[in-house]
Amino acid sequence: MTGNALLSVEDVSVELPTPRGNLRAVDHVDLTVGAGQTLGIVGESGCGKTMLSRAILQLLPKKAKLTGRVMFDGQNLLQLSPEKLRKLRGRSLAVVFQDPMTSLNPVLTIGTQLIETLKEHLELDEATAVKRSIELLAAVGIPAPEQRLAQYPHQLSGGMRQRVAIAIALSCEPKLLIADEPTTALDVTIQAQILDLLAREQRRRHMAMIIITHDLGVVAGRTDEVAVMYAGRVVERAPTPALFKKMRMPYTEALLAALPRLDAAPHTPLPAISGRPPDPTRPLKGCSFSPRCRYAVARCHTEKPALAQADSLEHQFACFHPIEVHAGAGA
Amino acid sequence: MMLQISPTALPSASGEPLLEVNDLVVEYPVGAKTVHAVSGVNLQIARGETLGLVGESGCGKSTLGRAVLQLRRPTSGQVLFDGHDLTAMQGDALRLMRRRVQLIFQDPIASLNPRRKIGDIVAEPLVISGVKDPEKRKELVYEVLSAVGLDPALVVGRLPHEFSGGQCQRICIARALILNPEFIVCDEPVSALDVSIRAQILNLLEEMKARFGLTLLFIAHDLAVVKAVSDRVAVMYLGRLCEVGSSEQLFASPAHPYTALLIEAIPVPDPDVRPTETVPVGEPPSPIAPPSGCRFRTRCPRADQRCSDEMPELRPVVPGQLVACHHPLI
Repeated sequence: MTGNALLSVEDVSVELPTPRGNLRAVDHVDLTVGAGQTLGIVGESGCGKTMLSRAILQLLPKKAKLTGRVMFDGQNLLQLSPEKLRKLRGRSLAVVFQDPMTSLNPVLTIGTQLIETLKEHLELDEATAVKRSIELLAAVGIPAPEQRLAQYPHQLSGGMRQRVAIAIALSCEPKLLIADEPTTALDVTIQAQILDLLAREQRRRHMAMIIITHDLGVVAGRTDEVAVMYAGRVVERAPTPALFKKMRMPYTEALLAALPRLDAAPHTPLPAISGRPPDPTRPLKGCSFSPRCRYAVARCHTEKPALAQADSLEHQFACFHPIEVHAGAGA
Repeated sequence: MMLQISPTALPSASGEPLLEVNDLVVEYPVGAKTVHAVSGVNLQIARGETLGLVGESGCGKSTLGRAVLQLRRPTSGQVLFDGHDLTAMQGDALRLMRRRVQLIFQDPIASLNPRRKIGDIVAEPLVISGVKDPEKRKELVYEVLSAVGLDPALVVGRLPHEFSGGQCQRICIARALILNPEFIVCDEPVSALDVSIRAQILNLLEEMKARFGLTLLFIAHDLAVVKAVSDRVAVMYLGRLCEVGSSEQLFASPAHPYTALLIEAIPVPDPDVRPTETVPVGEPPSPIAPPSGCRFRTRCPRADQRCSDEMPELRPVVPGQLVACHHPLI
């Protein structure tokens, strides 16, 4: 917990009412991101990573119940008026979503969407906003940016659309950019280009970034810290090199081992994680990973392990039987 | 513009081919223009082999898979399945042949009818192929559902929405297996699934392949996934094959610059491997107006005048590895 954190998420929980009872999507999460730092949040579908990002952005569904504190740049976001929040989002708190087709407005031109953002938040005049838009599109690697201003999202490819979404997110020089699965919908070659683009812009602007993904490969070389989420909780949290060198949580290990690896021979059976995540409306008494964990003992099924400090101040994990030996690159 | 390649130079594995694709062309009109989805592809898949087919979105890999099964009729070319030319078949003859081939799609939830029970969905191929005895059908459905790791008694009466993506993909696999096919086209079967579930389904496919003696055409954009299951891999770019080789060989020493680019772009789960800033290679051009000569030349660091003048043929570089490039890496 650094004193000069740009963002600190303190004991945040999110509950959503469903016909089957309350669903605890995020369960007592604490996180911090310093200025210029990159945090990776990794987890499978339904682990609560997107709900957490929406809690930070204050973009939760109306019925969702949020508890805890989200401190951003010295302000508690939960106490801001809707008007102040709206000013903050887009200006200093920006987001890039997974699907650029749904995050861009299909009936407005790229130019309108960019220029509107600039005029609204930076109070630029039309001519300056147009000039700035062209610069932004060029900066995110869009060829012939002048012509693009008059085009609609459907006239661009998926990769180009994501570049436009990034240009809009970067347009007001945000202090924090949240990228929620920014490359999941894209091809692997385009993915590499978009991740490079985000990293480059982040360095240039000294911006903090949260990358949300299900792919440990995406966070490995591009983040300072990683938080692994499972069933709404952060189950392991460490500086990226420490996490990959010495993963302690069996879930993190299993997640990495389940990735097909290029250096493995063809037809090598993958160490799959059996079963599936627990029903979030029926929380387990013990560790939520215990039914799928190969190290689980009786205590794991009855008692919930806390996210506790371990080897170093930064490396935390929630497990009674952490992996002791060097876990390395998968089983 | 199609080049004839002598049969001996064809990419093939040892053993008699179950499937042979000769100079396959698929084009379709979009307004007044033509999309060149598949342009002169030659392939052989041996009995019991898994051939991986990789490429970016829009490269024609799914169209090729569908044209092989005659779900989209090719514009020209031949598809020989066990010696029979599927492109020349019509009506009943084709329907009979189709029992021996199956298809598994990317989105398992969308490929199951949401209003039908799992038992009926899996039994449907039996009904179509004329298995009239309900008891016999039930027996076969139970057998195949157990084979894919589901509890038949719990599953048959339920609807697709009650299952997760991974379970739906198991159901799709069960449906594909029930007629005891010889050949299955798997079109991105795990791209919509989570990492942990993906491994389960890949293992299941491998298991089913061994158990039922299947031959697979495995289409995916993820090279690591393709390598995990394939004996040989074919790399496709804008309607043409750029490289074909054994998975080991192709990943260890790619000959085509495009294959090398694809391999380099895979994120490595190791923080010591700092991602090299990739060369800004842009995006594939439109298949409506593919570049002359080598179709990859507009993104290729090695391209020269010859690449725009002359289309490279698929030719062997080392035994078992073929490349279509004027300036191969090996």
